[in-house]
Amino acid sequence: MKHFLTAMLLAFSLPVLANAPADAPKEALPNADDPVIEQRLVNLAEDLRCLVCQNESLAGSHAELAEDLRREIRGQMKSGKSDKEVIEYLTTRYGDFVLYRPPFKPVTYLLWLGPVLFLGIGGGAWVMTLRRRRAAQSIPVDEKKLAAAAQLLEEK
Amino acid sequence: MKRWLPLILFVALVGFFAKGLFLNPREVPSPFIGRQAPAFTLPLVGNANASFSPVEMKGKVWMMNVWAPWCVSCRQEHGFLMQLTQAGALPIVGLNWKDKDREAAQLLTQTGNPYVAVPEDLDGRVGIDYGVTGTPETYLIDQKGIVQLKHIGPIDADVWKNKFEPKLKELGA
Repeated sequence: MKHFLTAMLLAFSLPVLANAPADAPKEALPNADDPVIEQRLVNLAEDLRCLVCQNESLAGSHAELAEDLRREIRGQMKSGKSDKEVIEYLTTRYGDFVLYRPPFKPVTYLLWLGPVLFLGIGGGAWVMTLRRRRAAQSIPVDEKKLAAAAQLLEEK
Repeated sequence: MKRWLPLILFVALVGFFAKGLFLNPREVPSPFIGRQAPAFTLPLVGNANASFSPVEMKGKVWMMNVWAPWCVSCRQEHGFLMQLTQAGALPIVGLNWKDKDREAAQLLTQTGNPYVAVPEDLDGRVGIDYGVTGTPETYLIDQKGIVQLKHIGPIDADVWKNKFEPKLKELGA
């Protein structure tokens, strides 16, 4: 049982690990004249989705649109925009879809709170089963029958 | 009832998965629906002295079709756009997106030009302002300059009938 559980856990966690955008290959950035901005760009773009190859981050993608967007972001950073402003620039154009970490708002409540909800349902069901089992055990035992059973055991 | 509960849950789950399986991941919802179409001014293909700006289309229901000569599915769509223009459906503006080799003018004289204007977005900035992810993409814009509809991928008779025509009726155009 224990081995089975470990295997299941591995089976479910491996694809998640493989998909993590942090593992995506980093593109050698051609325009590295300002290392500070390039670092900020890479940090930011790792959490952003490339709109063309949707499972790649904006940092790792070679798609032309990704290159254009990196150019835009680089330009905005050079002109002194904060990371938050850059993200706003992208979400007004492409929607929350560009964000790998969806924001917490009414449409995403179920997404974020779903796991807690399901844990609650599972936990509730578990507690109820345990209670029912305990109730089943605490059925009063007939004294006479108990004595008879003891006698039967003695006889052996 | 209790015996059937796992089955009911299972069927519900399968329902969700089936729905997810048939969703098109390319159909990214556009944040521009119901919002003002971004303004721009771009030179026209074949006539760099003239320019196009969406303000010129105020009062008309029109369509902005983002295309490029290097885009294969745009050629697939081209025939249908020609039909629309010949039928006088509505004015179509063809944003020529990232046409580095400047092939648009030649291609349009060869295959026919369904557009009322072909602004040239050489570096793709206007495309980014509209949230373009690839070509072709088409925006339906109303009399007040508000984006009413966005379609990703080529338009054909089916898409036109099921997606555009109902919206056009709603807009009274």
